[in-house]
Amino acid sequence: MPAGLPRYDYFDHDADTGVIGRGATLQDAFVHAAEATFALMCDPISVAQDERIDIEFKEDDVELALVTWLNLLLAHANERGLALGCFELAREANVWRGAAWGEPWRTDMERGTQVKGATLTALHVTPQGEGWEARCVVDL
Amino acid sequence: MDIAKLHSIDPWTWTVPRAIGDARHEARLYGSRDLLAAMDDKVLEQITNVARLPGLVGAALAMPDAHWGYGFPIGGVAAFDPEQGGIISAGGVGFDISCGIRCLRTNLTADDIATRAGKLADALLRDIPAGVGVEGELRLNADELDAVLAGGARWAVAQGYGEPEDLEYIEEHGCVAGAVPANVSALAKKRQRGEMGTLGSGNHYLEVQRIEKIHDARIAAAYGLVEGHVVVSIHCGSRGLGHQIGTEFLVSLAKAASRLGITLPDRELACAPIRSPEGQQYLGAMNAAINCALANRQILAHIARDTIGRQFPRARLETLFDVSHNTCKAERHKVDGREKLLYVHRKGATRAFAPGHPGLPERYRDVGQPVIIGGSMGTGSYILAGTAESENRAWSSASHGAGRAMSRNQALRRWRGRAVVDELDAKGILIRSHSMRGVAEEAPGAYKDIEEVAEATERAGLAKRVAALRPLVCVKG
Repeated sequence: MPAGLPRYDYFDHDADTGVIGRGATLQDAFVHAAEATFALMCDPISVAQDERIDIEFKEDDVELALVTWLNLLLAHANERGLALGCFELAREANVWRGAAWGEPWRTDMERGTQVKGATLTALHVTPQGEGWEARCVVDL
Repeated sequence: MDIAKLHSIDPWTWTVPRAIGDARHEARLYGSRDLLAAMDDKVLEQITNVARLPGLVGAALAMPDAHWGYGFPIGGVAAFDPEQGGIISAGGVGFDISCGIRCLRTNLTADDIATRAGKLADALLRDIPAGVGVEGELRLNADELDAVLAGGARWAVAQGYGEPEDLEYIEEHGCVAGAVPANVSALAKKRQRGEMGTLGSGNHYLEVQRIEKIHDARIAAAYGLVEGHVVVSIHCGSRGLGHQIGTEFLVSLAKAASRLGITLPDRELACAPIRSPEGQQYLGAMNAAINCALANRQILAHIARDTIGRQFPRARLETLFDVSHNTCKAERHKVDGREKLLYVHRKGATRAFAPGHPGLPERYRDVGQPVIIGGSMGTGSYILAGTAESENRAWSSASHGAGRAMSRNQALRRWRGRAVVDELDAKGILIRSHSMRGVAEEAPGAYKDIEEVAEATERAGLAKRVAALRPLVCVKG
């Protein structure tokens, strides 16, 4: 991970917001981009890891892979009514296999703003120093 | 935005000069010098990119409330001719397909509301499913959901949500043609199972608003608007189903574009020729999402009626109008004196039919379509009317909102949700929300001046101001 920078962060966009994930590997950067995305909806520390979501997809283009990863997480979390707080991802060539853990939304959870989807705007996946940085705008 | 890059046609109309040999169409921006100067440079970049898309007819247009979007700017309008290879773009519609506003006029006055505003606000927060992770009471199976996607608000009315008269005052009478539920993925449908009749979050809201000022008495009378009376506005869209359709087609159309020989200046403009299989696939799914949004707002309007009716038993709530602002619609417009079928993208822009348009309900035929500009929760909203001039200037389109003046991150750094609620409470505006973070992001100061946007919309000839609205109670998602 690039030294001195947080593993996840945000950048400005007029209507929505940009998420940034950084990590020693491409997969780590994607995991931290997922943390940034779901932290917009609730505090990840408050989320119990009771239920698991599994994600698998094929994608050659690493930038489209970031968007697909985030959007599949958003879709399955929405479908199952889960808040997510923990993520992992592995890659073999163009096959991406990931998992996420969370729990059904509780009434006492402090809620943020729903993320509708990850967009192709300001989409960049780039090597940064000894690691990787993955960023895109998410629609709120 | 660097205003020096623009050429002023008149004080409210601006164009981007083209270099000799530049094959793109005109990019035109509407608004005052101040509004344009305050816009991000990305608006200029995005609307110029739209002007390069195949089959564009006339200019790519930015409304006075335009701001940086994804692909298209929010506040972007563009019409495409299918006979000229015109495209349909998922980025030109957005994730929240058919997001829009339902406005209900009431026989209640602001004084009536004042007698029990707190109780009403609490009841609305309790009854309107709002916020991230909140589902509605309605659970639909696969067949029922397909019926929603085919039937829109007509389906909702047939199930007992609302009244048949509502349909007269919804675009396309509550059901857009060309919806193909089979084009909607299983995942998109699964996401919607618990989301019918939910508000969502972000900039979505239900507001009880006082009619603060009448600008045009004749049109206001036709719309049934009386100064001091109350209207209810509901801002939301097609929820998880629409988001999933947007998500899926954004990537698939981005990949298809190069295969179909379309060079995209920005991948986010993901598109396909209207007449291609890919374009038709998206069109059928998008129309299904429009019907989903129309049904969703119909159900929410029914819940609002029920809740307000319990607080005020003599209340009567009638649909003034329901208009979407994230769509691509097949419409007939005059091009060089000939009527043509065009596919008009309005991404954060409201349709604004002129007086006499056959698509208008009889009651509004002489005065034009109600156009609703949703503002911030502190400063109010506007009702305008479509004009004949707008047909020539913007394919009968107008602004849709105040437009953000600063990012959500900037707003979060500047405001705390609780303080915003307290400050507005002191001004007689009651805010109810499950998310204080959301309230801070939506602080009134994070939005442009609605007065400026409404005035610019009128001065640019896009729509005529009819009434200004001031919020009394706001339920934020």
